[in-house]
Amino acid sequence: MSQQITELAAREKARSITERLATLERPRTAWERFTHAFSNSSVTVLVVVIAVMWSIPTFGLFVASFRPPQLIASTGWWSGLVPPWHFTIENYQAVILQQGFGQAFLNSLIIAIPGTLLPIAVGSFAAYAFAWMKFPLRDFLFFLVVAMLVIPNQIALVPILTIFTSIGFTGQYWSVWIVHTAFGLPFAIFLLRNFFSALPKDLIESAHIDGASSWRIYWNLILPLSVPALASLAIFQFMWVWNDLLIALIFIGGGPKQPLTLAVANLVGSFGQGYQLLTAAAFISMALPLVVFFSLQRYFIRGILAGSVKG
Amino acid sequence: MEGISWSAWIWVGPALLLIGLFFIYPMIGTIVTSLESTDTLGNVTGFVGLKWYGKIFSDPSNLIVLRNNLLWLVVGTILTVGLGLIVAVLVDRVKIERVIKSALFVPMALSFVAAGVIWRFVYIYKPAGENQIGLLNAFLGLFHIPPQAWFVNEAINNFALIAIYVWMWTGFSMVILSAALKGIPDEIIEAAKMDGANRFTMFWRVMIPMIAPTLTVVTITMVINILKIFDVVYINTGGNFQTSVIGQAFYDQLFNFQNSGFGSAWAVVLTLVILPVMFINIRRIRAEEGLR
Repeated sequence: MSQQITELAAREKARSITERLATLERPRTAWERFTHAFSNSSVTVLVVVIAVMWSIPTFGLFVASFRPPQLIASTGWWSGLVPPWHFTIENYQAVILQQGFGQAFLNSLIIAIPGTLLPIAVGSFAAYAFAWMKFPLRDFLFFLVVAMLVIPNQIALVPILTIFTSIGFTGQYWSVWIVHTAFGLPFAIFLLRNFFSALPKDLIESAHIDGASSWRIYWNLILPLSVPALASLAIFQFMWVWNDLLIALIFIGGGPKQPLTLAVANLVGSFGQGYQLLTAAAFISMALPLVVFFSLQRYFIRGILAGSVKG
Repeated sequence: MEGISWSAWIWVGPALLLIGLFFIYPMIGTIVTSLESTDTLGNVTGFVGLKWYGKIFSDPSNLIVLRNNLLWLVVGTILTVGLGLIVAVLVDRVKIERVIKSALFVPMALSFVAAGVIWRFVYIYKPAGENQIGLLNAFLGLFHIPPQAWFVNEAINNFALIAIYVWMWTGFSMVILSAALKGIPDEIIEAAKMDGANRFTMFWRVMIPMIAPTLTVVTITMVINILKIFDVVYINTGGNFQTSVIGQAFYDQLFNFQNSGFGSAWAVVLTLVILPVMFINIRRIRAEEGLR
C-alpha cells in the first residue's frame, strides 16, 4: 500500500496524460486548432478560478488579522484592501501578551516534539522486528496492528481517562505524550515495516554473517537507509499532533499547559463576538504548519499520501 | 532470518505493550462500560444492558445525530472524491499544475480548529439591513438575496459544515488521483486512441477503470475520516441547531452530561460502523503482501 503510494508520488513528475494525448491527436485544420487552444485556455481559466476560490477564505482571515478591532467588527475584510489602509499588529500583540498565546505556542511544541519522536522510536523498533526477525505469531500480531489503523480513538478514551484520572496523570504534558505515542504506533509500524522489508535482503544478511548485532544493523544500516520514510513519517506525525484537538481537550483540558488548538477553541467559546482576537490566534496556530508545508512540501505530500490509511 | 529469534520480543515488546494498554484493554473496557450506568464521577451504579443503545436508535435527537452522520458520509465523500477527480483531470491539462495543486492542498496542513475560524469569517451573519462583514452574505447581498444564518438555519447548517471539510480534503483526493492518472501506461492510452476513443469514452472506459484501485483507497480514507468527524462540528456549532454527529454526541455525553455509559455506547456504535471498512482494509493489505 504505502509502496504503491510512494510510487504514485514519484509519478507526479511524470508526463501528464494530456501531453501524451496531445501527441496523438494533433489538431489538423485551423478551426480545430482554434477550438483546441480555446478549450485548453478555458480549462486554465477554470482551474485558476477554482484555486483562487480555494485561497480566498485563508487570505481573508489573513487580511482581517491585521485590521483594527472596530473595523473588523463593522466592515468586511475586503474593504480593508482599499486605501486608506489601516493595518495594525495590535491583534497579534493582544493574543500573545494578554491571552497567553506565546505560552500556548510553546506548549504545542512541548507536546508535538516528543509526540513525534517517541512513536517513531518505538514504532521503528517493532517495524524492524516485524520486517527482519522470525518469532511466533508474527503475522497475526502485525495484522492486529494494521487492524488498529482505522479504529476510532474514541473507543479507547473513556477507560484511559478513567485510569489517568485515578492516578493523577491528567493535565500533564506526558499524559498526552504517552497517548499520542500509543495512537501513532499502528501507522508508524505499518509504514516503516513496509519500507524496512523492502530494503535489500543481501545487505542485511551479509551484515548478520559478519557478526553484526541486531542493534548495529538497526542503527547503522536500517535507519540510515530509511531516512526518506522516517522524514515523511515525522512530518506527518508532527502535523497530526500539532493539529490535534480531541486528545488535548480530554487529557489537558485548558489551563496553563493547553496547546494552540485548544487555546483557539476556547477563544471561540468565550469570545463569540471578539472576532479580532480569533483572527490573530488562528494565524499563530497556522504559522508553523504553513512553514512546514511550504518548505518540506515534497515530504509532506508523501507523508500524507502514505498516511491515507491512518485512522 | 534463520531460526526463531527470541530477542525479537524485546524489539516489539514496547509497541505491543502500548497497543495492548491503549487499544485492546480500553476497547474491552468501553464495551463493558456501554452496558452500565454510572454516576457523574464515573463510578458504576448498575448494569443496564442495551439501554444506551436503545436510546441511540429511538430518541429523536439521537436519530438526528445518526442522520447527520449519514448526510456527512454521503455528501462529504461524493464531493471530496468527485471534486478531487474533476480537478485532477482538469489540472492535468494546464501548465501551472503545481501552483494550482498547492492552492488546493494547503488547507490539509491546517487544523480543523484553524479551518473553523477561517470559515467563521466566511459565514458571519448580520441581520438584514446591517453591513454584512461575512464574505458569503456580502456576496448574496450583491444579488439582493437576504443574508443567511449559515450555522443556525437547520435547512443549510449541516451543508455549511460539510463545505468546510470539503475545502480541507478535496486537495488530498486531487493529489492522489492525479498521481494515479499519470501512472496509466502510455500503451493503453495509445491503444484506446487507435480504437477511436473520444475524450468521453477515454475518461469513463479507460481512465476510471485504470485508477479504480486508487479511487477505492481515497474513498475508504474519506469514509473513515468522515465517520469520525468531530472538530469541525465542535468548534463551529458545538452540535447545536441539529448539527451533532457521533463524535460530538460522544463528547457531550462524556463531558457535558458526565454519562460515561452513554458516551461509551456512542463510541462502540462508531467502531461498529467502521469495522467493515477495517476488514476491507486488511484484505486489501493482505492481497498486496501476497504480491511481493
